[in-house]
Amino acid sequence: MASNPENAVLTPSFDVERIRQDFPILSQQVYDKPLVYFDSGASAQKPRAVIDAISNVYETEYANVHRGVHYMSQKATDAMESSRESVRAFINASDVREIIFVRGATEGINLVASCWGRQNLVAGDEIILSVMEHHSNIVPWQMIAEQTGAVIKVVPISDEGVLDMDAYNDLLCDKTKIVAMTHISNALGTITPMAEIIRMAHERGALVLVDGCQAAPHMALDMQALDADFYVFSGHKIYGPSGIGVLYGKAALLEAMPPYQGGGEMIDVVTFEKTTYADLPFKFEAGTPHIAGAIGMGAAIEYISGIGLENIAAHENDLLDYGTEKLSGINSLKLVGTAPEKAAILSFVLETVHPHDVGTILDREGIAVRTGHHCAQPVMDRFDIAATIRASIGMYNTREEIDVLVAGLGRVQEIFGR
Amino acid sequence: MNDGLTDLYQEVILDHSRNPRNFGPSENADRTARGNNPLCGDRVTVFLNLDGDEISDAQFDARGCAISLASASMMTEMIKGKSIEDAKALFEKFLALVTGENGLEAGPDLAELKTLSGVKDFPTRIKCATLAWQAMVAALDGTDQDVKTE
Repeated sequence: MASNPENAVLTPSFDVERIRQDFPILSQQVYDKPLVYFDSGASAQKPRAVIDAISNVYETEYANVHRGVHYMSQKATDAMESSRESVRAFINASDVREIIFVRGATEGINLVASCWGRQNLVAGDEIILSVMEHHSNIVPWQMIAEQTGAVIKVVPISDEGVLDMDAYNDLLCDKTKIVAMTHISNALGTITPMAEIIRMAHERGALVLVDGCQAAPHMALDMQALDADFYVFSGHKIYGPSGIGVLYGKAALLEAMPPYQGGGEMIDVVTFEKTTYADLPFKFEAGTPHIAGAIGMGAAIEYISGIGLENIAAHENDLLDYGTEKLSGINSLKLVGTAPEKAAILSFVLETVHPHDVGTILDREGIAVRTGHHCAQPVMDRFDIAATIRASIGMYNTREEIDVLVAGLGRVQEIFGR
Repeated sequence: MNDGLTDLYQEVILDHSRNPRNFGPSENADRTARGNNPLCGDRVTVFLNLDGDEISDAQFDARGCAISLASASMMTEMIKGKSIEDAKALFEKFLALVTGENGLEAGPDLAELKTLSGVKDFPTRIKCATLAWQAMVAALDGTDQDVKTE
């Protein structure tokens, strides 16, 4: 097929049509049109392997975990702890005790802001964020800053959406205690130079929490190479279930932190005089966990790993390039977020049509995009806009679907051009 | 192509959204209220002047979609000269129109607002059409709280 580069298969091992068959929902029709799902950045669809894994838990191996001596409890515990090991391998953490199951990235950030923050922040300490953070990586820090008297500093970005590393360097100082920053911006798609961000923070004695929600489904992660202190991501964005996510933390840091919530599972010995806490990771997992969710997320990780994140990234980058080229050809369309280092997000506005109206018209064409501020109002303000249209790319999207999107935008112009 | 879109985006709606009437902030309003749609970040502020029980002037300032701008624009035209009670009653009728409730007999008093009836087939957009109206009612009630759609 070398004579036809438009349709060339980039990686022989990656067959998007075969992958699409793994996702039952992709055969759905909406308004009598094939579903074109460009909202994986909000939540990804689920492959059969994940759906089956969750059904299988309830049909064959369900009971509460870490409790009973009975057979089913042991089976469920083994399955859940096997998922924890899958997560460890997925992000190359050195120790499975560093993998804390949480409800999602939001809970992971709240846990660190609350537990680490209450113990380590005092008035005048500084927390560094970027202007392109998701609200979930802003508000928990505002809450702990209010409680402790710590101060939030914000790293700006360029008009392309590139993090201003000089400004970051200038903001880092002896008062900086923690840097909390996204690995890939959900609103712009910008990939931040995280290894460098972490190295610079560590030189100043500050810790780094990474919001990896958008990174985990798009790039291979290596906690030991990255040297992140905390890293969070959500199961539902990596083709797993919602209600489950991961907080990675260096064991020494987690061990020094107080528990987040009190309850069952997180204890060692309880008396009314004194309670001692369980070891990692259970110290941070009070209450019966989302057992099927954790097992489903483990299945998602096995599925992704079977395809290979390098192959997924190559496919998605091809779509990103193709989509960028096609969208750039539309008059009156402006891409928001054009950083050279970018992944999986096509965020844009039309000169004369509000994103909400665009979203409604695309919806009737069967195209699912996100319109709005993407839970990142400060970065919308940065570009002086209220909202964008965001087409986010998943492993199952195709060039043909980009063409459908472009045709849908033609329909928008037809309706609004009257 | 009958997908409801040309019903939703009728020319009169596009005209109001491109050239909104009574648009811009007012310095001397008797009553002001803001509406905020936290879902999409859209905002509207409604400015009213009262002459006794009558709305003598109405203006709005907003950033929003075609539906919200057109609805707000038409609203300011329609409520001018109406009593507080009649303006609120009009909102109830308009609400029934855009939510498609109880087979409403639109009647002549809805006039141009009837062009917004297509919204009822787009449930996610109903709050776009009603935001300015909720702000208007809040302004009349003199509540200081911002109106939210959520």
